[in-house]
Amino acid sequence: MPKMTIDGVEIEVPAGITVLQACELAGKEIPRFCYHERLSVAGNCRMCLVEQEKAPKPVASCAMPVAEGMVIKTDSPLVQKARKGVMEFLLINHPLDCPICDQGGECDLQDQAMAFGKSFSRYHEEKRAVTDKDFGPLVKTEMTRCIQCTRCIRFATEVAGVEVLGAVSRGEHMEVTTYVEKGIASELSGNLIDLCPVGALTSKPYAFTARPWELAKTESVDVADAVGVNIRIDSRGREVLRVLPRLNEDVNEEWLADKGRFWVDGLKRQRLDRPFIRENGKLRAATWNEAFGAIAAKLKGLDGKRVAAIAGDQCDAESMFALKELMLALGSANIDCRQDGSAADANARASYLFNSTIAGIDKADVILLIGTNPRWEAPVLNARIRKRHLKGGLKVASVGGVGELTYPVEMLGAGGDTLNQLVSGGHSFADVLKNAKAPMIIVGNGVLARPDGSAVLGLAKKLADAANVVRDGWNGFNVLQTAASRVAGLELGFVPQSGGRDVAGILDGASKGEIEVVYLLGADEIDTNRLGKAFVIYQGHHGDRGAHRADVILPGAAYTEKDGTYMNIEGRAQLGRLAVFPPGDAKADWSILRALSEVVGKKLGYDSLEQLRRKLYQANPRFQRLGAIEPAAWTAFGGQGEIGRDYFRPAISNYYMTDPISRASATMAQCTERFVPTAAGGKTGTHG
Amino acid sequence: MLQDKDRIFKNVYCQDDWRLAGARRRGIWDNTKALLEVGPDKIVDEIKASELRGRGGAGFPTGMKWSFMPKQSDGRPSYLVVNADESEPGTCKDREILRFDPHMLIEGCLIAGFAMRCKAAYIYIRGEFYQEAMHVQAAIDEAYDAGLIGKNASGSGYDFDVYLHRGAGAYICGEESALIESLEGKKGQPRLKPPFPAACGLYGCPTTVNNVETIAVTPTILRRGASWFAGLGRPKNVGTKLFCVSGHVNKPCNVEEEMGIPLKELIEKHCGGVRGGWDNLLAVIPGGSSVPMLPKHICDDVLMDFDSLRAVQSGLGTAAVIVMDKSTDLIEAITRFAHFYMHESCGQCTPCREGTGWMFRIMTRFVKGDADPSEIDMLLEISKQIEGHTICALGDAAAWPIQGLMRHFRPVVEQRMRDFRGRQAAE
Repeated sequence: MPKMTIDGVEIEVPAGITVLQACELAGKEIPRFCYHERLSVAGNCRMCLVEQEKAPKPVASCAMPVAEGMVIKTDSPLVQKARKGVMEFLLINHPLDCPICDQGGECDLQDQAMAFGKSFSRYHEEKRAVTDKDFGPLVKTEMTRCIQCTRCIRFATEVAGVEVLGAVSRGEHMEVTTYVEKGIASELSGNLIDLCPVGALTSKPYAFTARPWELAKTESVDVADAVGVNIRIDSRGREVLRVLPRLNEDVNEEWLADKGRFWVDGLKRQRLDRPFIRENGKLRAATWNEAFGAIAAKLKGLDGKRVAAIAGDQCDAESMFALKELMLALGSANIDCRQDGSAADANARASYLFNSTIAGIDKADVILLIGTNPRWEAPVLNARIRKRHLKGGLKVASVGGVGELTYPVEMLGAGGDTLNQLVSGGHSFADVLKNAKAPMIIVGNGVLARPDGSAVLGLAKKLADAANVVRDGWNGFNVLQTAASRVAGLELGFVPQSGGRDVAGILDGASKGEIEVVYLLGADEIDTNRLGKAFVIYQGHHGDRGAHRADVILPGAAYTEKDGTYMNIEGRAQLGRLAVFPPGDAKADWSILRALSEVVGKKLGYDSLEQLRRKLYQANPRFQRLGAIEPAAWTAFGGQGEIGRDYFRPAISNYYMTDPISRASATMAQCTERFVPTAAGGKTGTHG
Repeated sequence: MLQDKDRIFKNVYCQDDWRLAGARRRGIWDNTKALLEVGPDKIVDEIKASELRGRGGAGFPTGMKWSFMPKQSDGRPSYLVVNADESEPGTCKDREILRFDPHMLIEGCLIAGFAMRCKAAYIYIRGEFYQEAMHVQAAIDEAYDAGLIGKNASGSGYDFDVYLHRGAGAYICGEESALIESLEGKKGQPRLKPPFPAACGLYGCPTTVNNVETIAVTPTILRRGASWFAGLGRPKNVGTKLFCVSGHVNKPCNVEEEMGIPLKELIEKHCGGVRGGWDNLLAVIPGGSSVPMLPKHICDDVLMDFDSLRAVQSGLGTAAVIVMDKSTDLIEAITRFAHFYMHESCGQCTPCREGTGWMFRIMTRFVKGDADPSEIDMLLEISKQIEGHTICALGDAAAWPIQGLMRHFRPVVEQRMRDFRGRQAAE
């Protein structure tokens, strides 16, 4: 550990870090624009210059490795002068348009100009103007404001893994551009906005909407996928205006995928803001009492066996817990949270968790993907795999179709046959897996949701055992869930109780008339045509597929409008918090169920969220241990049987539209049109 | 004055054949095997003893630079890169070596490469040097055919390859790390140091970048001995040097001379004197566009070597002497340089990217006189804000000519401003 002196204070620092990091350890703030912890060092902004004793010139602290006996000054006249100089250079060609710039109030250039700059300008020549670029529907460019720090270029190239950004021309004509103006086709492009230290890259949908100091900030969790990205919801009044990522090294580092960031306009469209009742085939607005009355009338005297409930992909644990209790009270065993028909086994935690943990990817040396496209199913997790790939020595292979994943993937085969060969050792990759130090198998939700999903799960388990991927201190078997509610649902046992029907059974029963009442808690991804003549109660926040088929609609709250617990793919309980109130008459979901339970005469035993949570924690203490993960026991799971000959398809065919919120979002529709032309109706390059 | 017997570059004026046969006549490739047989370390010691300093501009001791290269490979190969991207305005010395004596360079590559245990040499040649590139490539081909380089180069048992790479016309690619980037196929932008090329250079391998002239003189030094070379010139500024004299002299020329020759002697003896006589001299830029100019009274007795010119706040640079007589508009001349540096700045780091343009725009107004005398100090301050704050030396090179102008000719600039104001008032 080298010893060095920073501003007269001797400090011992870890070897291999940079002077800038050492200064931070010593509690000294070093201004910077181009330097970012998660990107390669560029050293081009020159804002972080410090004085190093015996060096002829000030040194760029971000790029200078520490050495024994170094003497650094961070606040000497030389350093102050250097900073003032750099600041002046950055500002001469920067437009003075802060009053109309969306970055205003959260702008590094603004802040550092205040702290380190001069209070006047000496520049009387013409300023530079730069043509704006088309970065697609999400990122707005104002390239005249660019200070050429190249953070965006490095992020796109290194983290997002799309080589679409670069700098052309030289000197003061250097411009950041996409070369061919085709937009940034990355699911992580929104992070460019966070990284840009000035107002050159801002959010297009959020343009001219608000100033940061007007916003209420609420810490919450993302539900666009199952990774459980930590987010901050920025709201004003009753409106969610934007979503930003929060730092969590174990989960998302500091990234957030585009869906969870840009779908917020979907929270304002197609909302269910009052109860509805279907009368004579048409939905009409109703009061809560009318809606509850209609449900109570239908349930009265009905055998619990003829009632069923399905929980959707974005439900909080509390509401699923309340619904489960209500259904049990009604005598129904027909509950399921796996609306896609996934074969995940609620009795074996290892069968549905991402057992290696997200941070565990950093250690992996071989990854086998089975029917999953992590780039679309969990973009932030995919970035972690890419990060591991960049460190070198990672081998990724896939069974089943994947797209471009931003790292090389060896295609082993299409489906079941290949998997069988791997298990029997007849495939050369079996040895690669076996001989790896930290092998990972990632099973996609897409294959578990196949009719033969249980057999695929069983085979994957066999492979895990055969290749010995579950070892002392390392569980390499992973399931990549795509629904934010799924792990919590399985942990709660929101699955068919003894003798109960699963989703397929419920739909089957409904179409045959054996199920008369179906309760959909935010469940929209089922085939509503198969609900037959059943009386459908839809509780949720969007007028999507479920609501269209419903006989009674109970308006619930979206994830931004309620307090709730979510469990991510690792089984990590995290709290979502209320940022704004639900629109109109809509209510928090647990309270709707609590009120309904009283009307149907099966009153649930809690009057507040706290009371409910106490019961929930009793039932499953893992929900109480926020942020913690608990390794799953390696027990038996999965079925046997023939596996179909069709290839393993990933769960998602259009990243930008997977759920009621994103389907209601105009921004996501634009992204679909731009980046997933096949999903947007087969438009081609020559269209229009 | 350099005697003919001490001349290293015998074909600067292309009076002889530049191909292999001619080169052999001039003693090039003469028993190169024997030069190599002393072993790499002895060669480096000999170069150290010769006190040869890099001929590319900075004047760093060559032998010391070579000794930074690893003696034991850690598995990575080492490379020699020859900087033939001669783009410094006023400089045309490497051009003559490349087109008229390419075998000197190639033999130098083998010896230097062998001394540093390099696997190969890459000659990065300026894109505009078309004929030069053709000649160098022809010479490389001849050398391969004659077994002088390649497998068992010159019968030494050492395998050594030489490659030629043509640049695309960017001044910044003459900076060693930008050159390496460009050679790797990337945009020519200087790298951050550390790590230095000797630790992590071309393709991440130990690399030494040397100027053409530096490499070309090494075989002769080895043949004639370090003490012969060190005996020429002045202490610490030894040997011979190719000077390129251009501008307002009667006979602009490239000439090999002893280091430390008085500037006046160089101009009078080899270039037919200043146009209109020595008294018509206004200023001289002694080492290419990047170094500060010198007024006549300093030129009268200054010696042309690294340390003498540094003592008068200028530099030898590439030894490209630009002579300006009294007909010269010095402000406009330096403005042209300012434009050059603005145009050639790579745009990577802030002070140079933004500052070179700013300085050029101020200088443009100075040419007309449309400025306030207080702006001279502001301009100097801006030049100081660039100097020493950038990744590479291009920022310094942009600042120095302007500093040189203001140091010696500030009254001229101020007079221009007064004249402008006067004209304005009269109108």
